[in-house]
Amino acid sequence: MDYRFETPASVSTRLRDVDYLSNEAIAGVVFLADRLGKPILVEGPAGTGKTQLAKSVAEILGARLIRLQCYEGLDESKALYEWNYKKQLLRIQAERNSDSSWEDIETDIFSDEFLLTRPLLEAILSEDPVVLLIDEVDRVEVETEALLLEILSDYQVSIPELGTIAARQIPMVFLTSNNTRELSEALKRRCLFLHIDYPDMDREKEIVLTKIPEITDSLADQVARIVRSIRQLELKKSPSVSETLDWARTLLLLGVDSVTEADAIETLNILLKYQSDITKASKELQGDSGAKRPGVPRTS
Amino acid sequence: MTSTEVPSSPMLELLSGFIVELRAAGLPVSLTENLDAMEAITHIPIENRDAFKYALAATLVKNNSHWRAFDTVFEVYFSLRGSEYSLGGGVDDLPEITEDDEAPMNPDAGGAGAGGAGEAMSPEQMAEMLFQAMRNGDDGLMRALARQAVTRFAGMEPGRPVGGTYYLYRTLRNLDLDGVLERLMEEAQEQSPSPLTQLEERLERDEFESRIDRMKKEIEAEIRRRLVADRGVEAMAKTLRKPLPEDVDFMHANREELVGLRKAMYPLTRKLAVRLARKRRHGRKGPLDFRATVRQSLSYGGVPADPRFRYPRPSKPEIFVVADISGSVAAFARFTLQLVYAISGQFSRVRSFVFIDGIDEVTRFFEGVEDISVAIHRVNTEADVVWVDGHSDYGHAFEVFWEKYGREISPKTTVLILGDARNNYHASQSWVIKEMSKKARHVYWLNPEPKAYWDTGDSIVSDYGAHTDGVFECRNLRQLEKFVDILE
Repeated sequence: MDYRFETPASVSTRLRDVDYLSNEAIAGVVFLADRLGKPILVEGPAGTGKTQLAKSVAEILGARLIRLQCYEGLDESKALYEWNYKKQLLRIQAERNSDSSWEDIETDIFSDEFLLTRPLLEAILSEDPVVLLIDEVDRVEVETEALLLEILSDYQVSIPELGTIAARQIPMVFLTSNNTRELSEALKRRCLFLHIDYPDMDREKEIVLTKIPEITDSLADQVARIVRSIRQLELKKSPSVSETLDWARTLLLLGVDSVTEADAIETLNILLKYQSDITKASKELQGDSGAKRPGVPRTS
Repeated sequence: MTSTEVPSSPMLELLSGFIVELRAAGLPVSLTENLDAMEAITHIPIENRDAFKYALAATLVKNNSHWRAFDTVFEVYFSLRGSEYSLGGGVDDLPEITEDDEAPMNPDAGGAGAGGAGEAMSPEQMAEMLFQAMRNGDDGLMRALARQAVTRFAGMEPGRPVGGTYYLYRTLRNLDLDGVLERLMEEAQEQSPSPLTQLEERLERDEFESRIDRMKKEIEAEIRRRLVADRGVEAMAKTLRKPLPEDVDFMHANREELVGLRKAMYPLTRKLAVRLARKRRHGRKGPLDFRATVRQSLSYGGVPADPRFRYPRPSKPEIFVVADISGSVAAFARFTLQLVYAISGQFSRVRSFVFIDGIDEVTRFFEGVEDISVAIHRVNTEADVVWVDGHSDYGHAFEVFWEKYGREISPKTTVLILGDARNNYHASQSWVIKEMSKKARHVYWLNPEPKAYWDTGDSIVSDYGAHTDGVFECRNLRQLEKFVDILE
């Protein structure tokens, strides 16, 4: 079997070519997923580029991205396949006057023509390379998770009337989770696990520079530093990468070259979405001297 | 699937030892995952230590809160095997590294420490190098200095039965990293053309602190590496084994563990809130929606074959939390209060009472407060909970509670009582609990003590427990989470 990537490093460079800055863990796990033919379960706080990872991998592979958005109440007719029963009814009615036997009609109406494919089956049936993204898998109920197990471990779908359909090529599969509930052991066992956390300062700066080419190096640096500082506070919701980017764009629009306290505090509402967080952060940024902050080693 | 090459046997042995230790540390590693890990490492060049680590992590650790435990075990098992380390001779290879890194530094340092490699360096020169390393964020130099510092200050002797923290403490005390931080800040102040604003100062400080953290980690790693070389992998892994955050005992958590608990708390509350909301809706139907049913019946020729129901809006329970906050169980009360308030959206109302031998309602501290830890702090400092001597007296507290608030308990109320029921041999007044459970929807007792200790000494938990709907052992987050799940 041909592998898609030669080394973890090549994953990293190719991802960089499509403006996705990975780190060692991300590149390593994507590389392994390809080698082992296993799905990747990507977990982490919202807005850290989990979905984007799948999209970027699809882009570098030149593959089609098939996306299954999960939600409460998702069932197999939305995820796997469904019989087009209206068309089947029409077919039966059309046959009424001819003298074909029931068996003929039955084999006829349970054929590909009457099958409505849904994302999972579509990924399996596809001839050309695909990347399957199962987004926010933690939103479905535990029982519905079982739907995914067959496709995740064996890359096949069983349809009672048609038999088992095996994948024509093993697609790359990404599952994302915001960790609102514990996923079942069975699901976790079948996947490689990747936790994407907020990036460290250097990587965040690079992300800002890549995504917003017109920003100056010094402003990007400052943005990344301030965001790191804010993330150290105990907040309800820390700023995500996408919020960092929004903030950097805002600063750019406002024509700010170097962020002062006043600038930062005025635009905090772009980084933070809870009033209590904003109050806390602006208090921290403008004043109470560093020595009083928790976690700072005191000179003794 | 690819054909699996069998990794060389010493590697295999090491890996299975590694997995045994992971399991001993509490991580659930299944057989499939074990096999995956073995296959994964055949695809990874073993010289690439980081890739190797992530390959193992991706196959073996499926929960981010277990990462720390994994990290520790990994560092112990593979600490002697990284490419940058040679076995044994930690001291011998030091001078050349120091020299390499020092050469480009010399112009900066203004000649200080020139030629002073290795053992010949004076403490002052070393301090100066440390300062330079911190200022420039030079990782190579930091590593070399960490080795040097451990050799010089930790005073490690083979076979000495002392924990790693002792050595760490000795090393750090001699390095005075806090002093270095202050010096760095002063220099930053002097060098900037205009005085630093608060914001700039803060950012500078953050930067230096993160470098100092890196330095501490280097030192820790160095000490660990030497301890492993001295004592062997298994023994070392055992001494470093720490409980996972969800298994930390509330009553005996140390400061570091409490911080870990607080961090684990937030995702847990979010998870519980989602789960409770879902459970409440799940499998229930609201009252018949007449209009929608008639509408639907049109497609069946006017026969209401498919009745429609309104979206269910089940009533939410009201929660009374009655918590003992005397010393021994204070941490437990705090976490439980925090948890209950964090998911208070799932209840129609939460009222909380705290007691030692007197009782006080503290609901007001939580009202309109967004930051629960602030409220908890006020509870600990402002609540009026001491009646006579500040030793737990459940009986008196319950009596007063019943007198003052008993009338407000209704069939919608669920009462949670938190405490170890160690009553200091006072009268139990368990009739209060009996009356309470007659009026309330449920009464639950949460006890942070291990089950084996119940009813020993002055604990009278069974006296009370007999009248409740259940007494639950809640020693750690895992058990607390399990309890909240049954709450409705």
